[in-house]
Amino acid sequence: MSARSKMILGRVAQAIPVVMGVVVISFLLTRALPGDPAAYFAGPAADEASIAEIREALGLDKPLFQQFFLYVGDLARGDLGTSLTTGQTVMSDLAARLPASLELTLVALLLSCAIAIPLGVLAATRPGTWVDHMCRVLVTAGVSMPTFFTGIVLIYVFYYLAGLAPSPLGRLDFIYLSPPHVTGFYLIDAALAGDWETWFGALKQLILPATTLALFTLAPIARMTRAAMLSALSSDFIRTARAAGLGSRKVLYGYAFRNALLPVVTTLGMVFSFTLGANVLVEKVFAWPGIGSYAVEALVVSDYAAVQGFVLAMALLFVALNLVIDIAYALIDPRIGLN
Amino acid sequence: MLSIKDLSVAFKTRKGEVNAVRGISLEVGKGETLGIVGESGSGKSVTSYALMRILDAGGDIRSGDVTYGGIDLRAASERDMRDIRGREISMIFQNPRAALNPIRRVGHQVEDVLIRHAQATRQDARAKAIAALEAVRINDAAARYEAYPFELSGGMCQRIVIAIALACKPQLLIADEPTTGLDITTQKAVMDLVGELAKERGMGMILITHDLGLASQYCDRIVVMKDGLIVEEGEPGTLFTAPQHAYTRKLVDATPRLGASIRNLLPPEVRSPEPEHRVHTRPLLEVRDLVKTYPGKAGPVQAVKGISFDIKAGQSLGLVGESGSGKSTTSEMVVRLQDPTSGAILFDGHDIASTPSARFMRHAVRRDIQMVFQDATDSLNPRGTAASAIAEPLARIDRMRGAKLSTRVSELADLVGLPQPLLSRFPHQLSGGQKARVGIARAIALEPKLLILDEPTAALDVSIQALVLNLLVDLRAQMGMSYLFVSHDLNVVRLLCDEVLVMKQGEIVDRGPTATVMDNPSHLYTRALIEAAPQPPEPVAA
Repeated sequence: MSARSKMILGRVAQAIPVVMGVVVISFLLTRALPGDPAAYFAGPAADEASIAEIREALGLDKPLFQQFFLYVGDLARGDLGTSLTTGQTVMSDLAARLPASLELTLVALLLSCAIAIPLGVLAATRPGTWVDHMCRVLVTAGVSMPTFFTGIVLIYVFYYLAGLAPSPLGRLDFIYLSPPHVTGFYLIDAALAGDWETWFGALKQLILPATTLALFTLAPIARMTRAAMLSALSSDFIRTARAAGLGSRKVLYGYAFRNALLPVVTTLGMVFSFTLGANVLVEKVFAWPGIGSYAVEALVVSDYAAVQGFVLAMALLFVALNLVIDIAYALIDPRIGLN
Repeated sequence: MLSIKDLSVAFKTRKGEVNAVRGISLEVGKGETLGIVGESGSGKSVTSYALMRILDAGGDIRSGDVTYGGIDLRAASERDMRDIRGREISMIFQNPRAALNPIRRVGHQVEDVLIRHAQATRQDARAKAIAALEAVRINDAAARYEAYPFELSGGMCQRIVIAIALACKPQLLIADEPTTGLDITTQKAVMDLVGELAKERGMGMILITHDLGLASQYCDRIVVMKDGLIVEEGEPGTLFTAPQHAYTRKLVDATPRLGASIRNLLPPEVRSPEPEHRVHTRPLLEVRDLVKTYPGKAGPVQAVKGISFDIKAGQSLGLVGESGSGKSTTSEMVVRLQDPTSGAILFDGHDIASTPSARFMRHAVRRDIQMVFQDATDSLNPRGTAASAIAEPLARIDRMRGAKLSTRVSELADLVGLPQPLLSRFPHQLSGGQKARVGIARAIALEPKLLILDEPTAALDVSIQALVLNLLVDLRAQMGMSYLFVSHDLNVVRLLCDEVLVMKQGEIVDRGPTATVMDNPSHLYTRALIEAAPQPPEPVAA
């Protein structure tokens, strides 16, 4: 086995204790929530006796460690409990809503990278010119405007004034039927089903919220690309490449860009994780049935099973994401894992 | 073949324009090796970047002509220049590891150049790249082709850089400090290789260096540059034995060489008699069976393999070796920055090795052992003034405060020849020599008995090195300190040290009084080191 694959396996093994810690913390965190779920579940008209009855039914009267073992046992069977608000199992709620959030975030990030990385490269190769200044303005504007504000402005301009965008109400206009569930990503499911009309319908709904998020995430990616390119371009090996007569494309993309990619990948991982958590506001503005709005609603009413499920799902996602970033890093940079 | 006339280069900086090169003219004939010698800031590298038209942003050729084989390089289009670079004129650089793309296999980097200049197609690129690696005498070139720069030694990386430069058989090679940062035996191997290849191919060469010895050994003709001007030009023999210009004379004087005393390095008008230092018979430092083992990927690595030596009170001991010899590890264990795996270090009779390095800062003898570091810049806090750097050991260990502290700091500045107004400056506002003085002042602030000097002049220009070495000699006589002087430069060790240890692969292979070891080396390795060091010709007394 090569040193690199050994490194990757080692990295995967490191994720295991992290996952165990996440299980413990998600449990403790939700028990620390204020409010009594049993009282909420019983409704405003319930008396002491019925609340106690419900508490017993939910297992909330047992000591904490016993609750924990029950929780872990359920978890092992894939049972995350039932949401008090929706009445569905948390698992099915997450399965319906997580893909919605992921689809939005991924499309937004793809869009953001497609603009930010070329912009950063251009700005770095022409420092002090109008491209560089434009990059700076766009980046500053992107971070300074809160997402709910950009979202509302976009709706006002493109839906209300121009009438170009569909009504900002969820993932699909009511005239379409949702595509058959395979991955939960409408774009992928519709394409799999060959239903291009639905595909375009889903895309149209996605454009505004994805643009809102992309504008917000543009800044860190563009700035990091610019900085990394600048430092790569001033390296000694770029001088060697130029002195050997290599063309500017080869120098720029073959030599400088690949080296600049390393910090950009790291930033991308960080941006992805904070976007996934921070897109609650965008989901609210566009009535997007995502995981962020689900978690907020659950939190407000002490729906501990739902909150627990959310925390767990997000934590696992972050662990997986970090793993992917680390492995990507090792694949780009041969120095990692050997030195 | 190459002719430069009245070339001027200016850089735009925040503080206005800087004229890096101010009207120089030079020529290089076919198959000739021209040396450009000068200290930092002389414009020697800028000249070569300008003729290749690879100046950094802000740099601009103001006037002059550069012609190569009838082509006007100033007027040539960028497209034509790209064809010329690498195929007609190539360059090799200092710091070879940084000069290679860190995440691309070295073989592919050679291929890039071959394909760019249509010397190879995708089908035969690999074979031709391996042939190019073999041409620079790389053993097992097919295996090296797959390596990344970080997997290769510095000398090997420089061979790869040379292979890239020579892959397309250029007519002119510009070598910009090609051996700076390499070990002395590696330097010889690299320079011999470049010299041989140039001769074989009838290739012209420009060797840019600060090392007069190196230039005189490998060049047919030498120009000396200072502040963007050529001050003198001539054959190495006459140029160095009978320098005409005052600056050349100063450079020649300042270069450590056989037969010169430490005071000879200074310009004649400031030479004072060399002070005597007293060596006592009482040992100050006794090192016994010192071992340092590092855990390595492929089992433990012994960096230091059970060495023993003494330093007597007032004595200066030179510790010589190449990278990986264990000399730095040894000095770090003596100054107690690292814990030895086994063995004893007795200082004034106390066993200081038994105190772990983390707790050693509170040890009573901590103040008596101080260190001067190799990189004067990196070893100063960039956000602290010169005064605060010097004051730090006084405030930490002597608990000195207020007026007493500032008086002592000014005293120390006077002692090391640092002008008082500079005390309030930050490191980036000081020159290399001034930073070295701050580093020395900080180390002697507590009047230590033993000073460990880890290549204190390696990053300095020769004329500054001459001043710093003389300062060290004066301080030694004045304060009666013992020195442990770690260096790779035998000529410097010869000037300063009473005795010398030669280390190789963690062992002491040769030891004794400096003159004996250097003049009659008993060990083969010592002989190889001495032979590899370039010797500048003797100057004729003025």
